[in-house]
Amino acid sequence: MNATAVRAERPLGNARRRLSAALWRRPWLRAVALLLPPLGWMIVFYLAALAVLFVSAFWSIDSFTGKLTHTWTWANFHTIFSDPTYRQIAWRTIWMASAVTLTDAIVAFPFAYFMARIAGPRQRTLLFVLVLLPLWSSYLARIYAWRLILNHDGALNWTLGKLGLPTQGWAFTNTAMWIVFSYIWLPFMILPIYAALERIPDSYIEASRDLGARNWTTFRRVIVPLALPGIVAGSIFTFSLTLGDYITPSLVGNVDFIGNVIYRNVLGLTNNLPFAAAYATIPLLVMGLYLVVAKRLGAFDAL
Amino acid sequence: MTTQTLPEAQAASATISPAVDVRLLGVRKAYGDVVAVDGVDLEIEAGEFFTLLGPSGSGKTTTLRLIAGFERPDSGRIELSGVDVTGRAPYERDVNTVFQDYALFPHMTVADNVAYGLRVKGVPRAERRRRVEQILQVARLPNVADRKPIQLSGGQRQRIALARALVNAPKVLLLDEPLGALDLKLRQEMQIELKRIQREVSEVGITFVYVTHDQEEALTMSDRLAVFNEGRIEQLGTPAEVYEHPATEFVAGFVGISNVLERDGRRFTVRPEKVQMHFGANDGGEPGRIRDVVYVGMFTRYVVELDSGGELTVVRQNLETSSADALESRGRRVRLEWRPEHTFDMERPGGHE
Repeated sequence: MNATAVRAERPLGNARRRLSAALWRRPWLRAVALLLPPLGWMIVFYLAALAVLFVSAFWSIDSFTGKLTHTWTWANFHTIFSDPTYRQIAWRTIWMASAVTLTDAIVAFPFAYFMARIAGPRQRTLLFVLVLLPLWSSYLARIYAWRLILNHDGALNWTLGKLGLPTQGWAFTNTAMWIVFSYIWLPFMILPIYAALERIPDSYIEASRDLGARNWTTFRRVIVPLALPGIVAGSIFTFSLTLGDYITPSLVGNVDFIGNVIYRNVLGLTNNLPFAAAYATIPLLVMGLYLVVAKRLGAFDAL
Repeated sequence: MTTQTLPEAQAASATISPAVDVRLLGVRKAYGDVVAVDGVDLEIEAGEFFTLLGPSGSGKTTTLRLIAGFERPDSGRIELSGVDVTGRAPYERDVNTVFQDYALFPHMTVADNVAYGLRVKGVPRAERRRRVEQILQVARLPNVADRKPIQLSGGQRQRIALARALVNAPKVLLLDEPLGALDLKLRQEMQIELKRIQREVSEVGITFVYVTHDQEEALTMSDRLAVFNEGRIEQLGTPAEVYEHPATEFVAGFVGISNVLERDGRRFTVRPEKVQMHFGANDGGEPGRIRDVVYVGMFTRYVVELDSGGELTVVRQNLETSSADALESRGRRVRLEWRPEHTFDMERPGGHE
């Protein structure tokens, strides 16, 4: 009697109780409720946009009126694959992304290893701050800073001159781009490798040594394979970030990347959106291929 | 079960050749201000099942890690088969370890895990395969070779960790609380399994050095054991010696139940099953009152407060007693009697150097 009276008084509390009971009885309902907002956002703003991009890649621009023509055509892709300029730009971008990824992996691994397995807690905090600090400043500011360093009369040449060493002429070359890219994306390689290395229990390394493996063998057979998911995660960042960047090439380089071509076709004089869309599918395909190869090589097995 | 395996273990230890496999001389290890191992001298004979028993923080695991080479002693000497290995890395010592968390490599199959030691030593593939197969037979897990460790149960992982160490046929096998993560039933099964495996590999002559905090495990499995406390060895002997003649109050309390009395200036201990309890007022022995009753199924533990000071725990089998009878006896007057030959003098706490 009493319980019913209380229930009648508080219909809202009652509804809430019924809802939580329903959620408890049907776990899938809970999963749907949790995933719906982010999934909805992803589907509308990301996948839908991607679909539109992919579809528009098969349209064209009327060269007289500059208007969009909604007829299916392979013309854009034909241009990309037959025109040596576009082929060269695509290769240059992929090549640079690979070089930057490799450089960052080589530089980041010892750094992350020191952070995860050698440094004490205070040293580790300090190194974390050093890795993250550049990310708090503007990306543009850091690229301009590199311009000041690499210019003919920049900080690097000034230092080299004072030391009596030959000066460099890297300003606005591929070397400059390679240095700046490697610097800018380095934290994105260090952090996942650190996370992977930090997760390896000491007992694995002890077990390897105990079973007769010297340090190099332990490193090769136990540490690197277990850090591989971290290296791959980092390389996905460095590779895709380089692949899609157009600011660094335009500020410290003197050649075009895929991003620059897209940028010019979207906002520049040509204003050829379908061609930009077609060219934008190239990095997407490359990334997809990269992930498939990484999976085939077993990079995600230890996840 | 415990009482049955004890004589067996002792008989086995009597036939073992007295060659010393592991020798520790004045070994000391400190971490900052904390002295983990404080001048331990120890000789472990070839082929024996030797247990380092003690509470957590007593230095038993550090001692094991010193033998394995994961830690370097601050002072002292460690010898394996008469050779000084104090300065040698783990990969230069003919010992293998079974880790508490098993430490199986998650990115390798069971077969690759077991073959790891042979592989890094350059044993040819065919022989590797043969020996891995053979040891998986001994571990009674021949069908899991292609699985990853994550697909195995706790008990199976434990056996694989054991197989991975044993396949190398080391002089000494170090086991760091290997059964600690298993439930009681599985732990008891594995205790028997471990003894079986030790017998099966005994023709190769592998010495087992076993770390545990479980006194029953230590008594069941060991040929000899060392009781650790605060970085030192309190007592060393066969399970029967340590259980029946505890040398110090700590050992009496840690191995079994502490039953220490002080009478006429003499401190001594008497094991709970050696004390007789009479309910009649006219029987012999010391008078007292039952303060507490713990019914354990097969037997009942009575805690008796003695009129002339101190208290003793008495264990009685529930031959004709029901739980109701046992629990009703709380508060009753009793007389306790024990034979002088079942009492053992204690060193005073901290009395030994």
